[in-house]
Amino acid sequence: MSEFVKPSIEYFELLPLFLVFGVACVGVVVEAFVPRSYRYLTQTTLTLAGLVAALVSVVLIALEFADKGATEAGYVHGDGAAYGLLAAMGSFAIDGPTLFLWGLILVLAILGAMLFAERELDGGVSAFAGRAAALPGSEAEREASTRGLEQTEVYPLMLFAVFGMLMFPAANDLVTLFVALEVLSLPLYLLSGLARRRRLLSQEAALKYFLLGAFSSGFFLYGIALIYGYAGSMDFARIAEAIRNDTGNQVLLLIGVGMLSAGLLFKVGAAPFQAWTPDVYQGAPTPVTAFMAAATKVATFGAMLRLFYVAFGVDRWSWTPMLMIIAILTMVVGTLMALTQSDVKRLLAYSSVAHTGFILTGVLGAQAAGELAPGQLTSLQAVMFYLATYGLATLGAFAVVSLVRDSGGETTQLSRWVGLGKEAPLVAAVFTFFLLAMAGIPLTSGFIGKWAVFSVALSAGAWPVVIAAVLTSVVAAYLYVRVIVMMYFRTPEGPAASVTTPSVLTATSIAVGAAATLVLGIVPGPLLDLVGRAGEFIR
Amino acid sequence: MSDFPWLTLLILIPLVGAVVTAFLPSGPGEPLAKQVGLAFSLATVVPAVVVAAGYWVGGGFQFTEVHDWIPAFGAHYALGVDGLGLLMVLLTVVLVPIVMIASWTEVDKGVTKSFFAWTLALEAMALAVFTATDVFLFYVVFEATLIPAYFLIGGFGRPGRGRAATKFLIYQLAGGLIMLASVIGLYVVSADAGTPSYLISDLQALDIDQNTERWLFVGFFIAFAIKAPMFPVHTWLADTTEKATPGTSVLLVSVLDKIGTFGMLRYCLGLLPEASQWATPVVVVLALISIVYGALVAIGQDNILRLIGLTSLSHFGLIVLGIFVFSSQGGSGAILYMVNHGIATTALFLIAGFLVQRSNTPLISQMGGLERAAPVLAGTFLIAGLASLGLPGLSPFVSEMLVLIAAFGHAWWTGAIAVTAIVLAAVYILWTYQRTMTGPLRPEFGGVNDLNRREIGAIAPLLLALVLFGFYPMPLLDVINPSVEDTLTFVGVSDDPPTVASDHGAETDPATEQGAHQ
Repeated sequence: MSEFVKPSIEYFELLPLFLVFGVACVGVVVEAFVPRSYRYLTQTTLTLAGLVAALVSVVLIALEFADKGATEAGYVHGDGAAYGLLAAMGSFAIDGPTLFLWGLILVLAILGAMLFAERELDGGVSAFAGRAAALPGSEAEREASTRGLEQTEVYPLMLFAVFGMLMFPAANDLVTLFVALEVLSLPLYLLSGLARRRRLLSQEAALKYFLLGAFSSGFFLYGIALIYGYAGSMDFARIAEAIRNDTGNQVLLLIGVGMLSAGLLFKVGAAPFQAWTPDVYQGAPTPVTAFMAAATKVATFGAMLRLFYVAFGVDRWSWTPMLMIIAILTMVVGTLMALTQSDVKRLLAYSSVAHTGFILTGVLGAQAAGELAPGQLTSLQAVMFYLATYGLATLGAFAVVSLVRDSGGETTQLSRWVGLGKEAPLVAAVFTFFLLAMAGIPLTSGFIGKWAVFSVALSAGAWPVVIAAVLTSVVAAYLYVRVIVMMYFRTPEGPAASVTTPSVLTATSIAVGAAATLVLGIVPGPLLDLVGRAGEFIR
Repeated sequence: MSDFPWLTLLILIPLVGAVVTAFLPSGPGEPLAKQVGLAFSLATVVPAVVVAAGYWVGGGFQFTEVHDWIPAFGAHYALGVDGLGLLMVLLTVVLVPIVMIASWTEVDKGVTKSFFAWTLALEAMALAVFTATDVFLFYVVFEATLIPAYFLIGGFGRPGRGRAATKFLIYQLAGGLIMLASVIGLYVVSADAGTPSYLISDLQALDIDQNTERWLFVGFFIAFAIKAPMFPVHTWLADTTEKATPGTSVLLVSVLDKIGTFGMLRYCLGLLPEASQWATPVVVVLALISIVYGALVAIGQDNILRLIGLTSLSHFGLIVLGIFVFSSQGGSGAILYMVNHGIATTALFLIAGFLVQRSNTPLISQMGGLERAAPVLAGTFLIAGLASLGLPGLSPFVSEMLVLIAAFGHAWWTGAIAVTAIVLAAVYILWTYQRTMTGPLRPEFGGVNDLNRREIGAIAPLLLALVLFGFYPMPLLDVINPSVEDTLTFVGVSDDPPTVASDHGAETDPATEQGAHQ
C-alpha cells in the first residue's frame, strides 16, 4: 500500500442504487412522522415513484453506454463485446448484463409493489398483518383487526430488499457480494412473516427461512475466507488472475468455490438446499411470494453468473461437473416433489425449484467466446432471457393465486380449485396460460426460454443434463396438466372457491405478466437481441 | 404465380376464425357460432385451391415465403409446399368443414362455440405444420396443435374424456420434448458448421457426423412414432377415440396423425437420410407388428369407436412400411395411403358416430339389425368399411397395392406379413358389419331414423372421393411421384433394376447419385 487514494464514486452510473436506497430511507421517515391514515397513500406513491425513477435511470445509463461517444468515455472494453465500467473503486461492475438485470429486477419490483398495495381482495385491507407484533389469537390482534390497522413498513422493507437485489448482480468483489446478499435477505425474512391470515404458518415460514438463510450465509462467509486465502484478494478480477497463474493451494480454491456455491444455491432454491422453498412460499403473504420468487431468483442468478464467469471462469472445468449434478438433482427433486403436492402455492414452489434446475442447465453451458459460432446464443444470453420469462410468468401466476378466495382468505388447496374453469373462465384461462408457459409449450415464453438454455447446454457438450432436463420436462408437463384438468374437466364436489375481483393494481400485474408471456413466446427476437447487445461481463 | 403470401393467408383465415368464433355469444346450440365457424373453414378452402391450381408439378418447394423470425436461434418464418405438403393441406381443408357439418348438433352438449373455435385453431396449426419449411417453426406449430386437440378431447364426448385427454397430451408432449432435444441438436450442428439456421434447405446441406445423425434421428422418430401412432407407443389412440366425439377423432386420426408420417418423410428421410437407412430394420419390424397387432386387437374390440381407432394403427403400420422400404412404389403408395386413409377413416368414424347417436351405445354387442331401420346408414357404412379393407375400385386399394408390392420388393417375409393386413381387415370390417347391421332388428331400435340430409351431405363427398380416386388415382400420383423421387434421390436410394418401373424416364442414374452422396 503506497498512499491513500480518495475513493471515487460514479454517481450517474450508480443512480439506480442511490434512488432505491434513498426512497427506502425516506419511507422509514414517513413511517415515523406521517399520520397513520395518510401512510398507505404516501408509501405506495413513494415506492412506485422511486422504482419507476430507478428504472428510468437504468435506461438512461444504457443509452449512455450505447452512445456514439461511449468509446471515448472508456465504456467499451476489449473488442467491443463488453461495455461498462467499474464503479466505486471496483466494488461494482456496471455493464450490459448488470443493466439488463437491474431493469428486470425493477420491472418485477414495480409489479410486486402493485401486488403489495392491493386492498380490494380482503375487504379493504392489505394482505399484511395489521400489527405484526401482536401475538396470533391475542386481544391485541383482535383490536388491530377491528381498527383496520395496516402495516405500511412493508414498502420500505421491500425497497431495501430491492436495493440488495440491485447490488447483488453488480457486485464485483466478495465483500460487496456478501453485503448485498444480507441486504436482500433480511427484509425478505421479515416480509415472509407478515401475513394477515394464517399467521402462525407465516411466522413459522419466516423463522425457517431466517435460520436456514443465516446458516447458508455462514457457509458463504467461510467460502469467502477460503477464497481470500487462496487468491489474496476479494476482487473478482484478481481471483481470476490468481487461478490463471495457478498460485495458491488448489484445495482451498475448490472448497471455497463449493462453500460459495452452497450459499448462492440456497438462495435460488437448488437441491439439496431447496427444503425451505415450499414452506416459505406457502407461508409468506402471496404478494411477497410473488415478488420474492421472481426477483430473488433473477438477482441471485445474476450474482452467480458473474461470480462463476468472471472470478472462476478460468477454472470452468472444476465447477461445471458440480453444477451438472446439482442441476440434474434439482430438476428431478423439484419435479417429483411437485407431483405429490395438493396445495397450489407449494406446487408452484416446487415447480420453481425445477425451474432453478433448468436455469442451472443454462449456467453450466458456459463456453469460451472462441468456441461459439458467430451469432450463436451465449449462455449468458440464454440465462438472462430465461430469467425474464420465468420471472414474469411466476409473478403473474402467484398474483392469480391471490384472487382465488373463500371466506377464510385465499384457498390454495388444489381440491378447491376444481371447477374454476366454469366459475371464472377468464382467471382459469390466464392461469392455464401461465401453467402452459411453465410447462414450456410453444407459443409461450417458457418454450423459448427452455429452448435457449437447453441449446447452450447441449452445445457445451452437457448432453446428460439436457436429456435429464427433457425427461423431467415430460413429468413436469403432467404436473401442470393435472391442474388444468382439475380446473376444467372435473365437477366440483363441494362449493367451489370464488374469484374476487381485484383492483386495477393486481389486474395490471397479471395482465403484464400474461402479455409478456405471450409476446415473448411469439416474437422473442427483440428481447433476445437486447440480451445479446448487453454483451459480456466486464472483467 | 404472384408473390401474394397465399400460404400465410391459408393459415391466417382459420386462426382469425378461431378468435372470432371464440368471442361470439355462447349458448347451448347457438347457431351463429356454428355458421361463422363453418364459413371460416369454407373460406380456408379458397387459398388452398389457389395454391393447388398454381402448383407446378415437380417444381420442388413452391409458394415459398421466408422471413427472419428469431435471428438468435436461426429460426425463420418460412413456408412452402411440395407435393406431399400440398396433398396434406388439401386433405385438411376438405376434412374440417365436413367434420363441422357432421358434428353440427352433436357438440351441443358442451360449449358449442368452443368446439368450432378449437377446431379452427387446430386447422390453422395443422396447416402451418404441413407448410413449414423451417424446423423451428415446424416444432412450434407441431406442439401447438396439442392445445386445441386437448381441449377438443377433454371438452366433448363421453364420460372419462378428461382422463383420455390427459393421456393423449402426456404421450404427445413426451414425444415432443424428446424431439426438442433433437431440434436443439440440429441447431448445435448447424452452429458448429457456421451460422446457425433452421431452414430445411440449409440443414440439408450440412454434413452431419454419423453418430450425431443417428441420435438426432432417434429423437425425431420417437416423436413421429407416437404421433402416427406405431407399436409400442400407440396406447393413447384407442382410449382417445373411444371417449372423444367422432368429429374430434377424425381431426386426430385423419389430420393430426398424418403429421407423424409426414414428419418421417420430410424430417427423418429429408434431413437425416443415412440414419434413416440405418434404422430401417427396426422400423420395418415395428411397422409389421403395428400392422398385425393393430388388426388383431381391432378384431377383439366391442366398442366400435375403439375398433376404428385401432384399425388406424394397422393402416399407419402400412404407411410407415411404405416409407421405410425406400422404393418409389413404397413412397408413392405411402403418401397416397395417407390421403386415402384420411378419407376412408373419416367416413368410417363419422358414420359410426351417427350410428352411436342412434343406438345410444358404442358397444357392438348391443346393436343388431340396424340395416332394416336405417338402410342408408348401413349402406354408407359398408362402402366406407370396404374402402378401409382395400376393396378394388375404392381408393385405398391402389395405395395398399403399391405398398405391398414395395414390401415384397424389400424382402419376401416383409410382404408376406404385411399381406395379412388385408385378410384381417376383412375380418374386422365385415364382422362388425354383420354384428351391427344384419340379423333381426332389436326391438329397442324400432324407432331409429335413417341419415338425415345434413349427415348425408357430410359423408357424400367422402364416398365420392373414395370411388373417384379408386378408379382414377392419377391426379394424386402425379403430384406425389416427383416428391417421392426428390426424397429418394436425397436419401441416395434408387429402385432395384428388377422392380417393374411404373415411372419411367424420371429414374436417376445410380452411379451419379452414389457419387453425389459420398
